[in-house]
Amino acid sequence: MLRFLVRRVLGAIVILILISAVTYFLFFALPADPALLSCGKNCNPQTVALIHHNLGLDQPIPVQYWHYMVGLFAGRDMPIGHCNAPCFGFSFANQQPVWDIIKDRYPTTLTLAVMGAAIFLTIGVGLGLISAARQGSLFDKIASGISLTGQSVQIYFIGPLAIYLFADNLGWLDRGHDVDWAHNPVGSITGMILPALVMSVIFWSNYSRQTRSLMVEQLSEEHVRTARAKGMNWRYVFFRYALRGAMGPIITIFGIDLGSVFGGAIITETTFGLHGIGNLAVAAVLQTDLPLEMGVMLFSAASIVLFNVLIDASYAFIDPRIRLA
Amino acid sequence: MTTLTQPEGQASPQDAGAPFLSVRDLYVQFATEDGTVKAVDGLSFDLERGKTLGIVGESGSGKSVTNLAVLGLHNPRNTTISGEIMLDGQELTGAPNRTLEKLRGNKMAMIFQDSLTALSPYYTVGRQIAEPFRKHTGASKKEARDRAIEMLRKVGIPQPQTRVDDFPHQFSGGMRQRAMIALALVCDPELLIADEPTTALDVTVQAQILDLLRDLQQETGTAIIFITHDLGVVANVCDDVLVMYAGRCVERGSVREILKTPQHPYAWGLLSSIPRLSASVDVPLQPIKGTPPSLLNPPSGCPFHPRCAFRDEVDGTLCQDERPPLVLDHGRGSACHLAAEQKQSIFAERIQPLLGRAG
Repeated sequence: MLRFLVRRVLGAIVILILISAVTYFLFFALPADPALLSCGKNCNPQTVALIHHNLGLDQPIPVQYWHYMVGLFAGRDMPIGHCNAPCFGFSFANQQPVWDIIKDRYPTTLTLAVMGAAIFLTIGVGLGLISAARQGSLFDKIASGISLTGQSVQIYFIGPLAIYLFADNLGWLDRGHDVDWAHNPVGSITGMILPALVMSVIFWSNYSRQTRSLMVEQLSEEHVRTARAKGMNWRYVFFRYALRGAMGPIITIFGIDLGSVFGGAIITETTFGLHGIGNLAVAAVLQTDLPLEMGVMLFSAASIVLFNVLIDASYAFIDPRIRLA
Repeated sequence: MTTLTQPEGQASPQDAGAPFLSVRDLYVQFATEDGTVKAVDGLSFDLERGKTLGIVGESGSGKSVTNLAVLGLHNPRNTTISGEIMLDGQELTGAPNRTLEKLRGNKMAMIFQDSLTALSPYYTVGRQIAEPFRKHTGASKKEARDRAIEMLRKVGIPQPQTRVDDFPHQFSGGMRQRAMIALALVCDPELLIADEPTTALDVTVQAQILDLLRDLQQETGTAIIFITHDLGVVANVCDDVLVMYAGRCVERGSVREILKTPQHPYAWGLLSSIPRLSASVDVPLQPIKGTPPSLLNPPSGCPFHPRCAFRDEVDGTLCQDERPPLVLDHGRGSACHLAAEQKQSIFAERIQPLLGRAG
């Protein structure tokens, strides 16, 4: 069990290093010259050369990468000042440490992700379970229809509709704003309900369909029939045997989705005018703010990898056959 | 002896001599997209305590479907069951789920064929065995665990105190099947249905499992229904045999009668397709020609007639037109249009020589 986890964690670290190397080299293979970008309006070849030297851009790319990685773990001194670990460098746009910008934006992304995930998991799995328990019923048909529709709509389509209906017309929900846990904890939650609900639609549709089909499959498994033959009642067999078997795949999808929502929900944030990681990534790309792009990218990648490791670990708890592997 | 005296279609007797398990005119039909599958098509049999009834037949002949119907395990959404199943005087067809849940795993239990898929991979063997015991006897967790260990010891699992906490995948195939048997027997069922319990096992393990079942039966007086397509196993464990074809009983009798003097061409076919060490190597095995019939659209008349090598010995087109009734005399008989003398002479002259030293 411990060996299994250690192996997964080591694997995840290798993957993260690979991701960082690939993104780093890709960025610096781009035609955009970071020195030119950070040089500003009154630019002349001398300044550019100076900046090149100051940023360390005159050194070979592997050396630059090495410095970047060292900075990530130990911090580093840069021309603009000392950069504390984890150092992703300074933003070209406003000279702030990238890590500070990410920290500043992350509460919004985190709140959206946690609330959205709670909603889509509950609604999606709940609908799927009821549909599977009542196959062919009216409920099943309606739920399947809604799920199919939910999977085909886009956030930027239902988002504005939802704002118009629930915020502007009915006035039930806040139209969505950034969180401020320190000063306005209640508003932080209420302001995120509508975005989280809208974001969850495309996710829970998938869960209800997957859960339904996994449960239907599990219910026809022989070990489920054995449990019935033992005289266990239907509800017990449904949850303890069938759901137990369906849990693995559901958790796998959940882990992948968590990784992506914790890494920033670009479309949801843009639709609701939220300033989270996704929105930050878009801004960084538009401004060709390379350190910021690099930082956000690594951060999102790390989030996906982290959740994958957690999923692997939870799998070991769910399925005893994996514990020995 | 198991009493198989009731003629087809007659209601069970009301007197005190009613059999322990009595199945009368059982029909099980599945609604599918292609039509109605008549999986069991009018089946009747009786079984007494302490006796073993073998049900033999090819895959898809309705053996398992019959027994799942006894346990009430069919999905009511697409299954129609009619007829009468009486267990110890209690009607099971149409009984409410709560009633059946109290009987299942308690008074009647089932051993499934493939113990790898029939046991849940997510719970320990001990827990799966203890579960029905707790449910049916109200025992505590500790008592149920002790019972599970006792059962594992009974079925011959070494070091049951530690193996009780193993998961099914940590058991070998033979041990898993033993655990499956322990699970079925944990509440001392009065009716045990064994659905090909040894098919997936190698021969030595198979023999051990059969011995085990026989010992347990002698100890507890359990009535056993043994589903198999292996006539060797039948000869070993059964008192009586019911041969099924296309959801119907085509022949029944004592195990000796079925193996020594079978009457139905299908039973002859089953016997001829067993390899025998005593047979001459020059005599090829005789598989039954053709494939089992579609139950969506069963053949007219006798369902076996398209595969039957002897249908020309019957006058006219009787085999194609009319379903032969199962005529029983003291629990012995077959459903075939051939006259009794014909059956005797065909078997004696043309079938038996091919079997070598029959039996």
